Amino acid sequence: MRYLPHTNEDISSMLQVIGIDTLDGLFSSIPEDCRRAGDLNLPKPLSEWELNDHMSKLAGSTAVSPEYKVFMGAGSYEHFIPESISYLLSRSEFATSYTPYQPEMSQGTLQAIYEYQTLTARLLGMEVANASLYDGASALAEALLMAIRITRRKKIAVSSLIHPLYRRVVQTYLAPTCCQIVELPYLKNGRTDLITLDEIDDLAAVAVQSPNFFGCIENLQAIGKKTHDKDTLFITSFTEPLAYGLLKNPGSLGADIACGEGQSLSIPRSFGGPVLGMFASKMKYVRNMSGRLVGKTKDMDGKKGFVLTLATREQHIRREKATSNICTNSSLCALAAVMYMASVGGTGIRELARLNYDKSEYLKKEFKKAGFTISFDSTTFNEFVVKFPAGFETKYENLLDKKIVSGLPLATYYPELTNQYLFCVTETKTKEDMDALIRGVKS
Amino acid sequence: MKEIDELNLPCDVRYAEDHEWIRYEGDKVRIGISDYAQDQLGDIVFVELPQSNDTFEKGEEFGTVESVKAVSELYMPIGGEILSVNPALEESPDLVNQSPYNDGWMIEVKPSDSAELEALITRDAYLEMLKGLE
Amino acid sequence: MKESLGTTGLILNEPMLWEKGKKGRCGFSYPQRDVESYHLDDELTGTGPDFPDLSEVDVVRHFTRLSQWNFGVDTGMYPLGSCTMKYNPKTNERQARLEGFSGAHPLLPTHLSQGVLKLMFQLEGFLSGITGMDAVTLQPAAGAHGELAGMLIIHAFHKSKGLHCSKIIVPDTAHGTNPASAALCGYRSVPVKSNEKGVLSAEAVAEIMDEDTAGIMITNPNTLGFFEENVKKIAEIVHSKGGLVYCDGANMNAVMGIVHMGEIGVDVLHLNLHKTFSTPHGGGGPGSGPVCVKKDLETFLPVPRVVKNNNRYLLSENFPDSIGKMHAFYGNVGVMIKAYSYILSMGPDNLKKASQLAVLNANYIRKKLQGIFHLAYDRPCMHECIFSDKLQKAQKITTLDIVKRLMDYGFHPPTIYFPLVVNGAIMIEPTETESKENLDLFIEACKAVANEAQDNPGLLRKAPTRCKVRRLDETTAARHPCLTG
Repeated sequence: MRYLPHTNEDISSMLQVIGIDTLDGLFSSIPEDCRRAGDLNLPKPLSEWELNDHMSKLAGSTAVSPEYKVFMGAGSYEHFIPESISYLLSRSEFATSYTPYQPEMSQGTLQAIYEYQTLTARLLGMEVANASLYDGASALAEALLMAIRITRRKKIAVSSLIHPLYRRVVQTYLAPTCCQIVELPYLKNGRTDLITLDEIDDLAAVAVQSPNFFGCIENLQAIGKKTHDKDTLFITSFTEPLAYGLLKNPGSLGADIACGEGQSLSIPRSFGGPVLGMFASKMKYVRNMSGRLVGKTKDMDGKKGFVLTLATREQHIRREKATSNICTNSSLCALAAVMYMASVGGTGIRELARLNYDKSEYLKKEFKKAGFTISFDSTTFNEFVVKFPAGFETKYENLLDKKIVSGLPLATYYPELTNQYLFCVTETKTKEDMDALIRGVKS
Repeated sequence: MKEIDELNLPCDVRYAEDHEWIRYEGDKVRIGISDYAQDQLGDIVFVELPQSNDTFEKGEEFGTVESVKAVSELYMPIGGEILSVNPALEESPDLVNQSPYNDGWMIEVKPSDSAELEALITRDAYLEMLKGLE
Repeated sequence: MKESLGTTGLILNEPMLWEKGKKGRCGFSYPQRDVESYHLDDELTGTGPDFPDLSEVDVVRHFTRLSQWNFGVDTGMYPLGSCTMKYNPKTNERQARLEGFSGAHPLLPTHLSQGVLKLMFQLEGFLSGITGMDAVTLQPAAGAHGELAGMLIIHAFHKSKGLHCSKIIVPDTAHGTNPASAALCGYRSVPVKSNEKGVLSAEAVAEIMDEDTAGIMITNPNTLGFFEENVKKIAEIVHSKGGLVYCDGANMNAVMGIVHMGEIGVDVLHLNLHKTFSTPHGGGGPGSGPVCVKKDLETFLPVPRVVKNNNRYLLSENFPDSIGKMHAFYGNVGVMIKAYSYILSMGPDNLKKASQLAVLNANYIRKKLQGIFHLAYDRPCMHECIFSDKLQKAQKITTLDIVKRLMDYGFHPPTIYFPLVVNGAIMIEPTETESKENLDLFIEACKAVANEAQDNPGLLRKAPTRCKVRRLDETTAARHPCLTG
C-alpha cells in the first residue's frame, strides 16, 4: 500500500531490534479480553482509479453550478473563488503543517494568520481579531460566553433575526450555564424589535445579526446606543462578511464583539463545512477572548517574527479555567480568507459588494414588476424575502426540475412565514439567470 | 532557574506556604510573591489583581500571575480588605521579576483578623520548606 | 552523522500585505456588470475596509514565499506525540474538490444531495465498525468540539434519569481540552493519578468514584503511550455508581482492528479525523471530531442525523432527546470526504497494518534512543514513546534546547512538556508512514544533538540557527501584545 513504506525486511529487522518475533507481539500489553475478535468489517480497498470513479458517481448527483442555478444563501454563499487561491492553498507547506507551536519553522502560517487577523479587524472595524473559530454559529456562542465571563451576568438578549441555526447552537452551548436567553422579536419592516429591551435589566449582552437572516440591514447604531445605555455588551453577528465591503462596519457602530461566518471569502460551501468562524473584539477584552492569537515580536537577532501569544487563556495551559476548550480551529480556511481579501483588495471588495447589492436589487425589482410582494421593506444586501401566493410549492418543484432552486422556504424556521422564500443573489448570477427565474415563477 | 542558596529571602517580611510574602506597615500589610515564585514562573507577562475595597478571606483567590507558559493563582495569606493595588504592574509586570519584594509589590491589605498574622512563617521556616520541596 | 538533513537554502523575505500594493491594482477577475446601479442610503454606506490593492502576481508571490518558511509533513518527519502527523494522501484532496461536493449548498432539498448524504451515512458506518461503537455523529468540527458533545450527551443521559452530577474524573495525563470541555458543561474535574506503570489503577478510581460523579474521561491508549490495561475494571467501577466512560480517541491510530472500544466499557468516544484518518492539519485546522456512542446513548446525539429510508437518504430532526446542534450545518463535510476516501483506499487489512506499523515504529525509536535520552517509562509503548531531558540536566540543557536544535537537523520537534506528569517530556509519535530510513535519520540526528549537549551545549542554547528566524521573544509578545498591523 503506497502509504505504508515498510518492506518485510524492514519489519523483520526492526522487530529484531525491539526483541520480539511478530507484529502481534507489539500488543502484548493489551489484555486478551480487550482484543477485538475478528477483522474490521469494511469494504475491500479501492485503487486510486476505482476511488475516482466511486467518488465521481457520488458527487455527480448533487445539484450544483453550473448545471443548477441555486438562489439560496442563508449562511452559505456562492461566490467566485479565484484559481490562484485554490492553487496557493494546495501548497503542502500550508496544508500539511501543524499548529505553529514551534514558531521558527512556521513563520509562513504565523505571518499569514497575523495578516488575516489584521484584515479581519479592518473589515469589521474592530481592534483585535483571533485566528479563527469553527464557524459563525459557534463564534456567536463563544461571544455570548465571553460576555457572560466579562460582565458576570446571567442574562442575554438575542435577536430572533439571527440565523435560526445559529440560535440553536447558542442554546446547546449555553444550556449548561443556566443562563436566561431572551429572544427579541422582529418588526414588520424586517428588523429587530427593541421594545423588549426597555423592560430587561442586568443583561450580559445584546446580540443582533446584520445583515440579518432576512437580508435586512439592522440599525446597529441605535441598537448599540440602547445596549450601552444599559451598561451591556453589544455583540453583532453576520453570515455575509462581503456586506462590510459596502456597508458601515460593526466597529464603527459600537460593537464590543463582532463575530460571524467567513465562508464567503473564497471558502467552498462544501455542504456546510469546513467554514470559518470570524471573531473580533475591543482590545480591552482580549484576555477574555477564546481562540488562538498571533502576535508580532522580534527574534534573538532583532529580526521581525511572529508567535502564538497570550496562550495562558487557552486549554493547553489553563485547562479547566480556559476561556474555551478550542484547540484545532479553521486555520486553512482563515488562510483562504486572507488570500481572498488580498486578491480583491480595498477597491475591489467595494466594487464586488456593490455588484452583489445591485444584482440583488435587480431581482427584487423584477419580482415586484411580476406582481410578487417583497415581504420586508428595510434595505437589504444580497438576500431578501419574497411572499408567494398559496400553492407555490408546486411551482417550486417544477422549477427544481428545470434546475432552478428558487429560494429557501422559510416556514420551517418561521412558521408564521408560510409561502415566503429567502432569495440570494451574488456576483455569480447573471441577468439571464435572474430573468429565467422570473419567467419560471411567473409561468 | 536559581538554586536554593541563590534565592533572595529577606528577613523583614513573613511568608506564606504558597509563596507570598507579607510586610507589616503599621495597621496595614503589603503582599507580593517571593523570589522563589517569580523564578519558577519565569518572565511574568501579566498580573491580574482585584479592585480596591474588595474583601477576601484567608486562602481565597485574589488574583493570578501569568508567565508565557504558566498561570498561578494568588491566594490571600490573611483575610482583609484591599486598600490599594500596585498600579505599575499593569504596564510593567516585569517588576515582579526584577524587584519582587519592593517595586513588584501587589496589594495592600487591612487585615481583618490580626491572629492570622501569627500563622505566617518566618524566613527560616520558609527556607526549610523550600528545601523540602527539592 | 554523514550529512544533516537540515541545511540552508535561499528563501526570500516578504513584507506584510499592507506594505505592498498600489491603489488600483487588482488580483481578481470581475464578472460583467449586467445590471444598473441602485441607490443605497448614505446612512448605511461605509467607506470600505482599508485593504491593500494587489495584483495576482503580488498575491501569488507573497503566499508562495510565506509557504517556503513553513515545514509540513510533505517536507519531513513530524514526530509530534498525540498528533498523528501521518502522510496526507493527495487523492483525498481531489475528491473533496469535486464540484458536486465542494459546490454543494447545505440546505438543498435532500433529493438533490443524495451523493453527499450517502457518503456521510456510510462514513458513520465505517467509524462505527472501526471503533466497535453503535452510533455516530459527524457534526463536531474538531476533537475538542466532540469532547463537548460527549460531555453534553453524558449530562443529558443523567438528566433523563432525573440525576444531576457535578463532577467528572480526569486523569493526570489528560489533554488540556478534556478538563476544559468538562468545565464548559459545568462539571468540576476531579483528578486521578496514574500509577508507576503509567496507567490508571482500578483502586485509584474506586477511591473517588461516587454517585455525584458523572463518569471518567480516559484517553486510551493514553498520552504516555500506554494501553489502559485496567480499563475494563475501571469501567465496571464507574458504571456501578451510575457513571459513564468517555474515551478521548485521539490515539486511535495505535489500535485500529486491534481493540473493540465498545467491548471494553467505553460509552462515548470521539475520533480526530485529522489525526487517525489522514486529513491534513492545515496549520491548525480545520479538523473533524466525530463522536461514537453505545446504543443507549444514541437518542442524545446531535441533530440532524442522516437516516436511510428505502434507499433514500434524509436529514432527520426527529430525535426529541438530542442535545441539539453543535454546528450551524452538519460538521466539516469537506474533511469527512477525505477521511472517507482514506478508509476506502486502505481497506480493513491496511488499517490494521497501519496501527501495527505505527506501534512498530514507536518501539523501534524507543529502543534506539533509550540511553541517549532518558526514557520516562522503561516498558514497551504503543504508538508513541516519552523521553525527558533528565540525562542532559547536568549540562543545564532543557527539553526546549534539545528540540530547537533538532530543527537544524531537518526535523520538526516532537511534542514537548506534555503530558504534565513527566517533567520535561519529549513525546515522539513517528506514525506508520515513516520508513525505516527516515526513522534512522531521526535517530542519528537525536544522537548528534545529545552529543552536542555534552560537548558543545552552546549550540543547543543558540538553536535553531538554520530556520528563517532565531528564537523569538515570547515574553514581550505577551507583555505588550501586538496583534494587528
